[in-house]
Amino acid sequence: MENLNLILPEIFISLSIMFLLILGVFKNDSSKITFILSLFAILITTIITFNETFSVTRETLFNGSVVIDSMSSLMKIITLIGGFLVLVISSTYLKTFKIYNIEYPVLILSSILGMMVMISSNDLIVFYMGLELQSLALYVLATYNRDQLKSSEAGLKYFVLSALSSGLLLYGCSLVYGFSGSTNFDIISNQLNSEEYVLTFGIVFILVGLAFKISAVPFHMWAPDVYEGSPTTVTLFFTIVPKVAALTVFIRFLYVPFLNLIDQWQMIIVFLSIASMIFGAVAAIGQTNIKRLIAYSSIGHIGYTLAGLATASNEGIQSSIIYISIYVIMNLALFSCLLMLKRKDQYYENIDDLSGLSKNHPLLSLCLLLILFSLAGIPPLAGFFAKFYVFKAVLEQSMYFLAIVGLLSTVVAAFYYLRIIKIMYFDKEKDKYDTDHSLWLKFSLTVSTILILLYFIFPSQLVEVVSRINII
Amino acid sequence: MNFPILSSLILLPIVGALFLFFTKDKEGNNLTAKYVALFTTVVNFLISIYLWISFDQSTSSFQFVEDRTWIEGFINYKVGVDGISILFIILTTFITPLCIISVNNSVKNRLRDFLIAILIMESFMIGVFCALDLVVFYLFFEAGLIPMFLIIGIWGGARRVYSAFKFFLYTLLGSVLMLVAIISIYWITGTTDVVQLYEIGIDVKYQNLLWLAFFSSFAVKTPMWPVHTWLPDAHVEAPTAGSVLLAAILLKMAGYGFIRFSLGLFPVASEVFTPLIYTLSVIAIIFTSLIALMQEDMKKLIAYSSVAHMGFVTLGIFTLQQQGIEGSIIQMISHGLVSAALFLIVGVVYDRMHSRLISTYGGLVSVIPKYSILFMLFALASLGLPGTSGFIGEFLILMGAFKDNFLVAVIASIGVILGAAYMLWLYKRVVFGKLLNEDLKKILDLNRSEYFILSCLAAPILFFGFYPDPLITTIEVSVTDLINMHNTNIASK
Repeated sequence: MENLNLILPEIFISLSIMFLLILGVFKNDSSKITFILSLFAILITTIITFNETFSVTRETLFNGSVVIDSMSSLMKIITLIGGFLVLVISSTYLKTFKIYNIEYPVLILSSILGMMVMISSNDLIVFYMGLELQSLALYVLATYNRDQLKSSEAGLKYFVLSALSSGLLLYGCSLVYGFSGSTNFDIISNQLNSEEYVLTFGIVFILVGLAFKISAVPFHMWAPDVYEGSPTTVTLFFTIVPKVAALTVFIRFLYVPFLNLIDQWQMIIVFLSIASMIFGAVAAIGQTNIKRLIAYSSIGHIGYTLAGLATASNEGIQSSIIYISIYVIMNLALFSCLLMLKRKDQYYENIDDLSGLSKNHPLLSLCLLLILFSLAGIPPLAGFFAKFYVFKAVLEQSMYFLAIVGLLSTVVAAFYYLRIIKIMYFDKEKDKYDTDHSLWLKFSLTVSTILILLYFIFPSQLVEVVSRINII
Repeated sequence: MNFPILSSLILLPIVGALFLFFTKDKEGNNLTAKYVALFTTVVNFLISIYLWISFDQSTSSFQFVEDRTWIEGFINYKVGVDGISILFIILTTFITPLCIISVNNSVKNRLRDFLIAILIMESFMIGVFCALDLVVFYLFFEAGLIPMFLIIGIWGGARRVYSAFKFFLYTLLGSVLMLVAIISIYWITGTTDVVQLYEIGIDVKYQNLLWLAFFSSFAVKTPMWPVHTWLPDAHVEAPTAGSVLLAAILLKMAGYGFIRFSLGLFPVASEVFTPLIYTLSVIAIIFTSLIALMQEDMKKLIAYSSVAHMGFVTLGIFTLQQQGIEGSIIQMISHGLVSAALFLIVGVVYDRMHSRLISTYGGLVSVIPKYSILFMLFALASLGLPGTSGFIGEFLILMGAFKDNFLVAVIASIGVILGAAYMLWLYKRVVFGKLLNEDLKKILDLNRSEYFILSCLAAPILFFGFYPDPLITTIEVSVTDLINMHNTNIASK
C-alpha cells in the first residue's frame, strides 16, 4: 500500500476545492465565506505539507511517478505561502472592481493544486496534467476583470501563446518518450544518451515550453501584455507563484531525465539566462507603466535564476532556489505598495503617479525605496544576497563570462529602479493617496520589507534550509 | 571577549538614526533632531579617540578584532584595526559632527531625513575602514551608495538628478567587477578573510586579473583620470555637508582599498601595474590641475583639485616605499581636513550670496576679514605650504617617488606648482581685488558655528603640519610590515 500521507496536501486541497464549489452553488452570497474558507484551506495544506513531508529526504509514489523530496516540500510551501498572501491582499482590490466572487479563490486554489502536482511530478504525464490544470486556471484568472478590454485581451493572448507552448512541450515529451520508452523521469535518465541527435530536438522543445512558462527571453513576449492587462492581484500571482512551480519543474527536468545530456542543454540555459538578464534590464528602461516594468524586471530576475541552473551543480540549484525565494518576497512587497496607490476607488499604476510620493507618504515611499534598492541588488538588502549566492555558484564553475555579463546588466537594471526612486523622492508631489488600507495589506508590506531589510542579520537560516536539497 | 568597541562604533550612528526616525519631523530648523544627531556623532568621536589612545602602536597586527560566524562556513563578520585604518576611522568620526553642525543653512527641507542619511553614511564608512573580510568590506563599500545617492538627489542643486545618477551608476559599474574578483578569491583560496589571505597569498597566475578587477572599483572611487568625471558633478550639486563627506571620507575609501587590498593581496600584480598607476596619477595631477585653473565655479575648482590630490595619493601608494605610503596616508588625512574646510568655506559665501561663481566675488578681505584669514590658511594648506599638514604628505610622497622613479617625481613636482597656481589665483580673485559687487558690502562675517567648525578643522591642519609625529608613529609599524610582507612575497615568487 502506498503511503498516501505524502500526498495528503494535494488530497486535502482538491477536497476543499470541491467543497467550496458546492458551497458556492447552494449558498447565496457566499463570496466572503469562500474567501475565508479557502484561506484556511491553504493554511491547513501548508501545515500538512510541513508536517508530513518536510523531513522526508526522498520518497516516490505510484510507480515512481510522483516524488516527494526536500525540494518539492520547500517549493510547495513557498507556493502555498505565496498563494495565501496573494489571496489575503486581493479582497479590497476585487471589491473595488466588483469582482469579489467565489470563483476567484477557487481558481487560485486549483492553480495551486496544479502547481503542487507539477512540483512533485516525476513523470511526463503527471507533469503535463499538473501544468494544464494550473494553466487553465490562470487563463481564467487573467481575464477575471471581464468588463475591461485589457483584461480580456490579456487572457486571450495568454491562452493562445500558452497553448502554443504547451503544444511544443507535449511534442518534446513525445520525442523523449519515443527514445526512452518510458514516461518516468528516472527511467528516462537511465535510457538516454547523447548520441541520438533527434533527442536534442526533444530537449529543445521541452526547454522552449518551460522557458515560455517562466517567461525567459526569447519566449517572453506574452509577459508584459498579460501582466499589464490582468487585474493587479492576478499579476502579483503571475509574477511569483507559477514561476516557483515552473522553476522546480525546470530543475527536475534538467537534473533528472536530462542529467546525462548536460553538454546539450547547458549552452541553451546559458543563452536563455544571458538574453533574459540583458533584455530584462534594457527593455525596462523605457516603460511608463509599473506593471509592465515589473514584467520586464521579472524577466531579468528569471535570467539570474537560470544562471544558477546553468552551473550544473548542487550549489547552483540551491542558489537558484534562494534567489526565487527572495524574489517572491520582494515582488510581494512591491505589489503591496502598488495596491496602496489608490485614490477614491481608482488604482494608479503609472510610474508618474509615484511622483513626490515621499512628501505625502514617507513611510510607504521608504518601504518602496528599500524594495527597489533590493531588486537592484544593492547591499545590505536581501536582493544583494540573492545575486551573491547565484554568482558564487556561477564562479565556482569558472563561468566568468556569465558572471560578468550578469553583473554588468545589474548596473543597467539599477538605472530604471533608480528612476522610480528619483520620481518618488526628487520630483514634485501630487495629491495624497488613500491611507485606509486593509490590515492584511499593511501586514504583508511590513513583514516583507522587514525581511528584505534585515535579511543580512540572519542569512544562514535560508541557506541551511535550502542546503538540504541535493538533486544531483 | 572584550567589549566590541568597533561594532559599537559602527552601530551607534544607526541607533541614532533609528531614534531620529521615530521622532516627529518638524518644519524648518529642527533643533531636537540636530542635537540628537550631534550627540550621537560626538559620542562616536569620543569612542574613536579612546580607541586611538588604547591602540598599541608597537605592533602591526590587527587589534580590537571581532570575529563572528555570519554565513555558516562561508563568511565571518570580522572587523579590526591596524595603524593604517585607525586614522581613517578617526577622520570619519571627526568630520561627521562638523558636517552636522554645518547643515544650518544648506539644508532647507526635511532636515531630519538628511541627518538620518548622514548618520547611516557614517556607520557604513566606519564599516569600510575596519572590515577584515572582503565580503563585509564590499557590503559596506556598496551600501554607502544608497544614502549618498539620496543626499545628492534630494538636497542637491539644480542638476542634482543627473549628478546623483552619474555618481551611483559609475560607482556601481566599477564595483561589480570587484564582486566577481572577491568571489573568485573565495574559490581560489577558500577564504575571504583578509588576515588569512595575507598569510596564504594568492597564486601569481590569478593576480593580474584580480588586481584589475579591484582596480576598476577603486579607480572610479578614487577617482583617477579618466574616470573622474562623476566627481565634479557630484560635488557641485551636493549640498555642502554632502560635498564635505564625499571629499573628506568617501574618496579615501579607495585609497585605503589600494593599500589594504591591492598592495596586500596582490603584491606581484601591484609591481606589474605600477607603470599604469604612475601614468594615470601623473596625468591626473597635471591634467586636472590645468582644468582646475580654468574653472569659474569654486566648488568645481576644489573638486578638480581633489582629483589632483588623489593623484598624489595613488602615486605615493605605488612607489612601494616607506615614505611614499606614509606620505599617501598623511596626504589622505590632510586632504580630508583641507577639502572639507574648503567646501565649507565655499558653503559659507554660497549661503549668503547664492552663487558659486568666482566672478561674483572679489575684495572680500575688506568686508569679512575673519573669513579671509581662515580661507587663506586652508588655501595654503591645500597647496602644501610647509607648516601645514598638506606639506608633510606631499613631501613624503615626492621623496618616495624620487627614490623609485626620477622622471615621475619631477613631473609630479610640476603638479605642486600648478596646485599653488590655481589655489592662489582662486584666493586672489575671491578675496583680494576691488569690491565691485554692491551686494557683497552687506555680507556678514562668519557666525559662531561656522567659526567653530572652521577652527576645529584649522587646528589639526596646523598641529600636524608642525608636529606630524603622532600620525607617523601610529602608521609606521603597520606600513613597515606591509612593505616587508610585500618584499618577501616578491622575493619568494
